[in-house]
Amino acid sequence: MLELKNIYKTFNEGTVNESKLFSDFNLKVEKNDFVSIVGNNGSGKTSLINIICGSLDIDKGQIIVKGEDITKKKDFLRYQNIGRVYQDPSMGTCTEMTVLENMALADNKGKSYNLGRGTRKNRISYYKESLSKLNLGLENKLNIKVGELSGGQRQGMALLMATMTPIEFLILDEHTAALDPKTADIVMELTCKVVREKNITTIMVTHNIKYALEYGNRIIMLNQGRIALDRTNEEKEDLTVDKVFSIY
Amino acid sequence: MDILIGILEQGLIYSIMALGIYITYKVLNFPDLTVDGSFPLGAAITASLMTNTDSALISSITLGHNPYIICIYALISGGIAGLITGIIHVKFKVRDLISGIITMTGLYSINLRIAGSANVPIFNMDTIFSNNFVYNLFPKALLKYNVLIIGFAITFGIKLILDIYLRTKSGYLLRAVGTNSVLVTTLAKDSGNVKILGIVIANSLVALGGSIMMQQQGFFEITMGTGAMVLGLASVIIGTNLFKKINFVKATTAVIFGSMIYKASMSVAMDISFTKASDMRLVTSILFLIILIAGQVKNKKVKIFVRVKEYLQDI
Repeated sequence: MLELKNIYKTFNEGTVNESKLFSDFNLKVEKNDFVSIVGNNGSGKTSLINIICGSLDIDKGQIIVKGEDITKKKDFLRYQNIGRVYQDPSMGTCTEMTVLENMALADNKGKSYNLGRGTRKNRISYYKESLSKLNLGLENKLNIKVGELSGGQRQGMALLMATMTPIEFLILDEHTAALDPKTADIVMELTCKVVREKNITTIMVTHNIKYALEYGNRIIMLNQGRIALDRTNEEKEDLTVDKVFSIY
Repeated sequence: MDILIGILEQGLIYSIMALGIYITYKVLNFPDLTVDGSFPLGAAITASLMTNTDSALISSITLGHNPYIICIYALISGGIAGLITGIIHVKFKVRDLISGIITMTGLYSINLRIAGSANVPIFNMDTIFSNNFVYNLFPKALLKYNVLIIGFAITFGIKLILDIYLRTKSGYLLRAVGTNSVLVTTLAKDSGNVKILGIVIANSLVALGGSIMMQQQGFFEITMGTGAMVLGLASVIIGTNLFKKINFVKATTAVIFGSMIYKASMSVAMDISFTKASDMRLVTSILFLIILIAGQVKNKKVKIFVRVKEYLQDI
């Protein structure tokens, strides 16, 4: 499904601040995998995600999705098949637009953004229905600017917007890190529900080892650009938070 | 009465430009200095197309120097100026302010070339305000208010089109790119191109404003762009700050009112006995500063008011 082959990446090459992150890094993600990636700051989690999404160029190597080499593909074109939720709740939504307008904006992904009406009336009931499934009371706030919502509500919307149109990958970039523990639990539960419902291959970067163990079928720990731990399915079941910490 | 009409006329015409600045400054979050060049560009194109009566080519492309057709050429010229700034900023990654300054500086010479000289009068030419069509259409009593009526029609026409556009899919994307360009990228759209589109639309309106302003005052002068940016920005800030709390007033309408209020306060300031005509730019900048500061003070006052209210509710 997704394959990273012999990836090399060095930051600030040729300067005193030169730091080599990935050298000959390889990773293969199968269809319908839910991979959690954990690791210290600077271990390369976010860089890895940025390399997949195209916002970070690599020095050498190949990125292959379903047999197609996308190494040279521009970031916005890669997002045709990728949905992404960021750590910052305001990154996944437009705060100056209303809930309804945001939903309509996301609903049109993959189609042309032309001079047609922005919010189609016949879709409003569908938006309401999907918002009510979040259980965050958003279905009654359709005409409120997203900037006035709470972080949890916004992140719930961001998740909904990222998965509204058919995508092959969902990238979760520490998407619960900015939320309080209770809201984080709710958003994580929602994530799990959406992923299961739509059968999306998911890569989740998180600092929360509990989540990494509890959700998904595969866990990968990165350490200075190398895979320090990689467990799938049954092998993953045996892991506990303490065991993971001992490798950290 | 005449003064008031003058203020309204000028406020309406300048608000076409202010609507353009509203797009770059408020919607796109892009401080666009191209304006100081694209405003006189529209005027220069208009002067040139109107006064070159010998050229058969110009006569044919403007359907015999039709002022309304000429306005469309002015609109397009501004779009091209915006396109250049947009490409410099997005494709060559030059900072926003610098990109605008580069285009603006270059346009100064281009405007002189297009107009032929630093000052071009168009007296006795057909303009959008005075031509046979208008003379036939308007009853005699209303002919005195031709600028006011036509200016009103054009400005509110543009406002309506802009309101409708901002509710289309393309308009949604434009609004999204200003607050969150990352979102546009994740929607699989090139956020750079969306930004360029916005700058093109904005400068088209600015150049159209320049063309109409020039037709109203009856001459082109190279300096008419100096301070255009500040003037437009002041209108946008006055309008959006004053009407922020009133929900049914659309931002675009607020900008038009802002432009009139600004023109009115300018004319009051210029009426004070010790100011001379040459002090105009100084008055402009001081007034702009006062508006900026007043906006902040007002916000603070609102905050204090809210806090007092909360406190009173607590006890």
